Amino acid sequence: MTSEHILSAFDRDLNAVQAHVVRLGGLVETAIHDAAHALETRDAALCDQVRARDSAIDALEEQINEEAARLIALRAPAASDMRTVMTVVKIAASLERMGDYAKNIAKRARILADVPPIDDAGGTIRRMSDFVEQMLRDVLDAYIRRDADLALEVRHRDAEVDEIYNTLFRTLLTHMVEDPHKITACMHLHFVAKNIERMGDHVTTIAEQVVYQVRGVMPDDERPKGDDTAVTPIDQAL
Amino acid sequence: MNDMRLVERDVDTSDIKITARGVQVYYGTAHALKDVDVDILDKTVTAFIGPSGCGKSTFLRCLNRMNDTIDSCRVEGLISMDNEDIYDKRVDPVQLRAKVGMVFQKPNPFPKSIYDNVAYGPKIHGLTRSKAELDEVVETSLRRAALWDEVKDRLASPGTGLSGGQQQRLCIARAVATNPEVLLMDEPCSALDPIATAQVEELIDELRAQFSVVIVTHSMQQAARVSQRTAFFHLGNLVEYGETGHIFTNPRDPRTESYITGRIG
Repeated sequence: MTSEHILSAFDRDLNAVQAHVVRLGGLVETAIHDAAHALETRDAALCDQVRARDSAIDALEEQINEEAARLIALRAPAASDMRTVMTVVKIAASLERMGDYAKNIAKRARILADVPPIDDAGGTIRRMSDFVEQMLRDVLDAYIRRDADLALEVRHRDAEVDEIYNTLFRTLLTHMVEDPHKITACMHLHFVAKNIERMGDHVTTIAEQVVYQVRGVMPDDERPKGDDTAVTPIDQAL
Repeated sequence: MNDMRLVERDVDTSDIKITARGVQVYYGTAHALKDVDVDILDKTVTAFIGPSGCGKSTFLRCLNRMNDTIDSCRVEGLISMDNEDIYDKRVDPVQLRAKVGMVFQKPNPFPKSIYDNVAYGPKIHGLTRSKAELDEVVETSLRRAALWDEVKDRLASPGTGLSGGQQQRLCIARAVATNPEVLLMDEPCSALDPIATAQVEELIDELRAQFSVVIVTHSMQQAARVSQRTAFFHLGNLVEYGETGHIFTNPRDPRTESYITGRIG
């Protein structure tokens, strides 16, 4: 629905709250990018910055929720307008969680900066976070352009994130078994990987919301799930 | 968990009360209603929505043959209630209107007492045999219209002395007194304040246990609140008809979407 409301203030309200979601997406994108960069370059100052900037993300999510509540109370949105308000709230919640994961990565990156690096894991984590960052960028594009097909395509990409995570899980486990001195670093790296994997899940939630907003129904097929570490016995993982 | 679902307000029946097929209405040469097909369920509130002049009130008036009173009006097609053609020559429109009650936009009580307003219908249709029986019908009807407690001590006072909301409930009591099967309401709350509106809406929800209620309303929120089925009319066409929750969350037709979201159609 692109035509305008008879009451133009309604359009202004809807546009404003959606603009805030896009801005929130931008902040989260930066947080992910900087957290991954700080981890790779062992940049403690950048870690602190990422952690400090999370409060802005939280505040913006709060603001979006308040605006959505006002819209519901004052404008009684229906049909696609109602879906717009619903998705704004859910997408903002997912983005806020992604911000928390980025903050947690920054926190662990600061500790990892003080221990010897795990050579082959760093590159994989960087690749994984780049991949999720691109997914986020694309899903936000899909949101802005109301492109359900692009959203569905992004949603399918999450299987690859799970794949990378599985590989990393095995690599880190091998390191820990071989050299218990590496356990601290590997445990932190594993949480970092898990955080990125969860970010991918949130991107799929956002993608589903985009589909719901555009089409009025949630995607009906089960999305591909590739994280099998929960059901794989450790001796088999090695 | 099923009983806790909010969105799907269950309809207790799948029985069809009124069927319309290929209904056309003309006012002189003006084609007011074009080829309307619809099945209205029994014991269900059905809302007709649409912009002014879309044909929703015209269609409502077809259902109790109120359009017969307009000389230039011509109705074609089939409208049947319980599988009987209501436009059949053998059907007496006065009898039909006892079975299909109507409540109008502005409360229009007769300039008589509260009691007589309600007793009028049962009297002229000869539905009661004694004063005691009539008293009972009056009380039951006023109770059904949620007005009894407010007026039981002044049944002899004029109906026109009541507040607007009370007058409208009196008109509802008058309409239900003949024990109709269908209740038609043409913007019954547009002259009422929000409290009286809420009372009438609550009443509509109770009435659907007994009747099929069809309500024309300009308030989309009211249609969403009280009905289980919604029909959207536009320029004489029935554009979309379906479960109310569905119409208000994900309508199929872009014209419905534009109308309910307040956009330029």
